[in-house]
Amino acid sequence: MIKVGIPRALLFYFYYPLWRAFFTELDIQVVVSPETNKRILDAGLRTALGEACLPVKLFFGHVLELSGKVDYLFVPRLISVEHKEYICPKFMGLSDMLRVRLANLPPIIDTALDVSGRRGLDWSHFFEKVGSIFTRDRHLIKRAYCSALEADKNFRRLLKSGLLPPEAMDAADGISEAAATSVASPGFLKIGLLGHPYNLYDSYISMNLIGKMRQMGASVVTPASVSDDLIDNQTKRLPKRLFWTLGKQMIGSALTFFENEKLDGVIYLTSFGCGPESLVGELVKRWAKHRGNPPFMMLTIDEHTGEAGLVTRLEAFIEMIKRRKKNEDHVPSYGQPVHCC
Amino acid sequence: MRITYPHMGNLYIVVRALFTNLGLDLVLPPPTSRRTVELGVRYAPEFACFPLKLNLGNFLEAWELGADTILMAGGVGPCRFGYYAQVQKEILDELGKSMEMVVLEPPDVSWREVRDKIRCLVGDISWWRIFKAIRFAWYKARAVDTVEERVLFLRPRTYEPHRLEEYRRQALRRIDEASDKREMDEILRDFNNQCRALPLRSGPFLRVGFVGEIFTVLEPFANYDMERRLGLLGVEVTRSIYLSAWINEHLFGGLLRVKGMEHVDKLAAPYLNSFVGGHGQETVGSTVEFGKQGYDGVVHVAPFTCMPEIVAHSILPAVSKDYGIPTLTFYLDEQSGEAGIQTRLEAFVDLMAARREKRRKENL
Ligand code: SF4
Ligand code: SF4
Repeated sequence: MIKVGIPRALLFYFYYPLWRAFFTELDIQVVVSPETNKRILDAGLRTALGEACLPVKLFFGHVLELSGKVDYLFVPRLISVEHKEYICPKFMGLSDMLRVRLANLPPIIDTALDVSGRRGLDWSHFFEKVGSIFTRDRHLIKRAYCSALEADKNFRRLLKSGLLPPEAMDAADGISEAAATSVASPGFLKIGLLGHPYNLYDSYISMNLIGKMRQMGASVVTPASVSDDLIDNQTKRLPKRLFWTLGKQMIGSALTFFENEKLDGVIYLTSFGCGPESLVGELVKRWAKHRGNPPFMMLTIDEHTGEAGLVTRLEAFIEMIKRRKKNEDHVPSYGQPVHCC
Repeated sequence: MRITYPHMGNLYIVVRALFTNLGLDLVLPPPTSRRTVELGVRYAPEFACFPLKLNLGNFLEAWELGADTILMAGGVGPCRFGYYAQVQKEILDELGKSMEMVVLEPPDVSWREVRDKIRCLVGDISWWRIFKAIRFAWYKARAVDTVEERVLFLRPRTYEPHRLEEYRRQALRRIDEASDKREMDEILRDFNNQCRALPLRSGPFLRVGFVGEIFTVLEPFANYDMERRLGLLGVEVTRSIYLSAWINEHLFGGLLRVKGMEHVDKLAAPYLNSFVGGHGQETVGSTVEFGKQGYDGVVHVAPFTCMPEIVAHSILPAVSKDYGIPTLTFYLDEQSGEAGIQTRLEAFVDLMAARREKRRKENL
């Protein structure tokens, strides 16, 4: 059986169900790299360019983890997944960087997805091309594409119900209903957590931020549960259309979170040196300051971030919210807005 | 309405010509200085790229001089450039220094849109006048590039670098002041005559290609005057991109149809098979081109955290290996140290000289 390797990094957290269903239907075995660990991180740091952001470095580590174990590496060139939008320049040259910097890789499948390009390469073209690497049977490819869409739809549905991507993936497999219920159980606090998926849901990199927040009694809402329509609506208010898909999600979710009175606070997790977030994060930070509500904190991580520092800041933030919540019961709600960033 | 624009090397000469001829009231920001940097850095997002910070500094200094409107180029991604104006506006507003922003957005730019934008700035104006103003500004851009190109050639050769810099300054000042094309031809003639009178060393000289993010390549303040440093170290520098090419690409969106960078992109394809925003692909392609032409090395500059150039830099080792051309990358921002830059350049020049010597011996 042919083996295709998918690195558990970058947009894995958005597209794994889609990709996996497609390959599985073609009778291809999908191999995913393990969850990030020290070995993977170190391998990434060793091989990627020092100036690259942590998520890209980590991708290198995951690729190395798969290399030698699979027949193909699946590293699609995600140029544009939404009309007239991009992800990030680094996504566009990802496979090229890998080829140059890592020796002895299995063949890389780096078919382009570019719905905004002149040739408008959407998912159906994309899968047609990818499928044709393995089979000439166009019906089979078509069928695989349909089942991919089906899996994706199911995954999105679970996300909108409030599950986080890793939980939704498990739930779709019927693995863990427990995870699902843990989200549903109301925490004492409710906190909005912004950030690119590969930071939020990689618990090694985020130093288990979500787990820690939950332990401190907070339930966590992320952009994954905000509907696309809502995001579109919110971002319509921008002075200029934002051309980054992830950036748009961040801004749309941030505005939604800011308006949500049930949220007690918002945290934005970003990567050190991330290009798009340097501007998107700045806008969000400014709007949060203008509104003064809810409390807002920005956390920037890279490979040197210490866990102790992160915990201290998180604890201080949560404490502050708890105090504030208590006070709100006694004083009118127009009390001093609290700030921390 | 008092209009300003962000500095980028000699762009001010072109902008002044254009504005004056369109009847716009231009407030030129003071030349970019330490103070500009400080202002920009103080108010810009910490991790924004260096050009955004410098631009913001320009705007703040222009505001002090009474500017109330900003004209700048925009973009539609994938890189940050296209959202500069919106972030900068947000910052200026918050500082209580609101200015109107007029952004020329490629690639939807058409002659009609250029005219509409101009009309909203100056009122009714004829096509002919717009055309003439643009054409004249374009001549100036070409004249500036001619001077710069010549200086790059002469720097390693002259015994009197100060004289050369003086001629350059003079020529640029006169181009800035020139009011018609005939005058400009005359200036270029004078400049060439002056240069011809300079006593010159004979070669051979090391040849270096200068590539990278366009703003950093074109703005000596952002690249810590790297071209001049290399020239003084006896290196002949060739730029991968000139002002006129940028103007065409960003302001006129290809309206003038000068030769684009397509051939360079083709050269990049075996290594980097996609555009990556900014000038990442051009950086790779130009390095291939310099490698093919037997240059001794390539110096690559980029703002700290610049995404397209990080992609390009990741890939340069392969080009370097295939074409036997050493490359040296600098990430620059307000924190770069001049001493460190000079040391690295000197070491690079030594390396190139040693390689050349080795090759010469092998050929004997
Ligand atoms: S969006 Fe930011 S974190 Fe993600 S790859 Fe690009 S620069 Fe890195
Ligand atoms: S090309 Fe580099 S400097 Fe220009 S906007 Fe993009 S990241 Fe910033």
